[in-house]
Amino acid sequence: MTPSPGRAIPDRLVPPLRRALTSWEMLLLAVAVAIFVANSFASPWFLDPWNLSDASVNFTEKAMIAFAMAMLIIAGEIDLSVASIIALCSTVMGAAMVAGAPTPVLVLLGLGTGLACGAFNGFLVAGMGLPSIVVTIGTMSLFRGISYIVLGDSAFTGYPADFGFFGQGYVWWVITFELALFAGLALAFGILLHATSFGRMVYAIGNNATAARFSGIRVDRVRFVLFLLTGVMSGIAAVCLTSRLGSTRPSIATGFELEVVTMVVLGGISILGGSGSIPGVVLAALIMGLVTFGLGLLNVPGIVMSIIIGALLIAVIALPRLWRMVAK
Amino acid sequence: MTLLKSREAILALAILVLLAVVAARFPGFVRTANLANVLTDTSPLIILALGQMVVILTKCIDLSMAANLALSGMVAGLMNIAGVPLPLILLAVIALGATLGAVNGVLVWGLNIPSIVVTLGTMTIYRGTIFVLTGGKWINAHQMTDGFKAFPRTVLLGLPVMTWIMAAIVLAFAVLIYRTPLGRAFFAVGGNPHAAVYTGISVGRTQFAAFVIAGALAGLTGYLWVARYAVAYVDIAGGFELDVVAACVIGGIAIAGGAGSVAGAVMGAIFLGIVKNALPVVGISPFWQMAISGTAILVAIAFNARSQGPKGRIILKSAEHRT
Repeated sequence: MTPSPGRAIPDRLVPPLRRALTSWEMLLLAVAVAIFVANSFASPWFLDPWNLSDASVNFTEKAMIAFAMAMLIIAGEIDLSVASIIALCSTVMGAAMVAGAPTPVLVLLGLGTGLACGAFNGFLVAGMGLPSIVVTIGTMSLFRGISYIVLGDSAFTGYPADFGFFGQGYVWWVITFELALFAGLALAFGILLHATSFGRMVYAIGNNATAARFSGIRVDRVRFVLFLLTGVMSGIAAVCLTSRLGSTRPSIATGFELEVVTMVVLGGISILGGSGSIPGVVLAALIMGLVTFGLGLLNVPGIVMSIIIGALLIAVIALPRLWRMVAK
Repeated sequence: MTLLKSREAILALAILVLLAVVAARFPGFVRTANLANVLTDTSPLIILALGQMVVILTKCIDLSMAANLALSGMVAGLMNIAGVPLPLILLAVIALGATLGAVNGVLVWGLNIPSIVVTLGTMTIYRGTIFVLTGGKWINAHQMTDGFKAFPRTVLLGLPVMTWIMAAIVLAFAVLIYRTPLGRAFFAVGGNPHAAVYTGISVGRTQFAAFVIAGALAGLTGYLWVARYAVAYVDIAGGFELDVVAACVIGGIAIAGGAGSVAGAVMGAIFLGIVKNALPVVGISPFWQMAISGTAILVAIAFNARSQGPKGRIILKSAEHRT
């Protein structure tokens, strides 16, 4: 945290090809390919397309949230309440299901609850000017707390059969609905962040919110929209997860927020805001999915995987910094 | 200063109102003996909140405290089974906790990684390490020696040792924060890191010190926790890191660093402790606790933001009017 002298401005730009080859995304791609190859040697069951498709669910739901979270973090905010939003959405859907609501209503309620939670976070952060990290630590307790009040130690089960499509259905051959949705959302978020003026605003706010304000960007409105977006994506993830599990417990999706943040940071989004890309997040999602699937095939317990994910999170940030220190 | 004083006075008032509401439903709750029990039950939270406070004062956050507690507690249990004498166990858990805190501190100080990322990572690593150490096995009451279990509960002058340890730590913190150069450095670093550097305070080293202190306290609490509840397993104190942050936020410790008080952190923890202990007494399902502490956090930060006043915005608005 010591104040650093202004970064020296180089007198020539790095050639585009070399910049592309030495980029973070290229490194992630290399890591992803390496893990893929290593996995296919480590286990004979890895290369089976059905296995791979089954395994994709261990990152698709988190990745959907990670896209929105990436934009939020680029804008210099964070939302730690995403897993709790999933719990609340799922609880609302469960309650509606018990009351006899059909599948389309369940989905709308799930998305609507996510939107409402996002609006609540957005109002507290953008409207009242409170720091997002504490606000979302608070709403993290509040949203999941409401689920606990409603459900206690019981669960909602018995979702209608056609509701199962979102988490268990196939669109074409081995392509699951979730995988298709993941790809579609990746494209949509890639365009939103990298090819629209809204995306430019997000970067501008993350780099210097005051300057962004003075150049005519409605900073608080953009922040509010980003929280809405994160809420809706959590709602979509809640629909997929609830549909896949076929039940709702208040402890659903516990710890997702960590994995989502890990995914975003691993994807090269600066936790301080202002830089990063959606392709990076997509690759990070694939890497995390491949690592957990590969280790799972080797019978590595879940908690050991979480050590590896935790170490990965620190290592991907520490190594470039160490490298720079050694190079100096 | 009057502002700070009034904030603590308001928190004290909130605690009294809370007690009055509970007492109206169940007068026995405010008997001295019961209040002493609540205080003892809240001791781990108070100790950890003080550790978290110094970390937050320096603009950082430590989400790995509960995992550190669980790992240190498990190691204490394992050492007890191995027949290590209690004083040595105490020293070992404090040293282990401080080391785990130092790992966080080194990553924040040396590599300049944001503390939230570091401690999100070490949180899962520390908890995972418990599994690696034990293979997921529990240490149960019958495997622990009586002396190991009895120490925190031994009653001295009317209160258990655990409560006295808490009181000693609160006192030590009051001295550390208000009467030592390091205590001033915590505020200086959080208040304005650049100015702190120019006054000769190393920002990184101060943050490192905060993490080591928080870690040592988490290590000590690990032993107290395992001995008091007479069980150690991977998931003890799961999610407790959020309660600790909540206690600090309710206690008026500014999450942006540089502002807060020992009394605030202690009262924030006591507030949550009373809520937790009062819910079953007044006949509300304990499942309400999570939502209530979430609401308390939100109310507390909204309140703190009000009392600080949005100075930055006024400048922006007046600039807007000029154009």
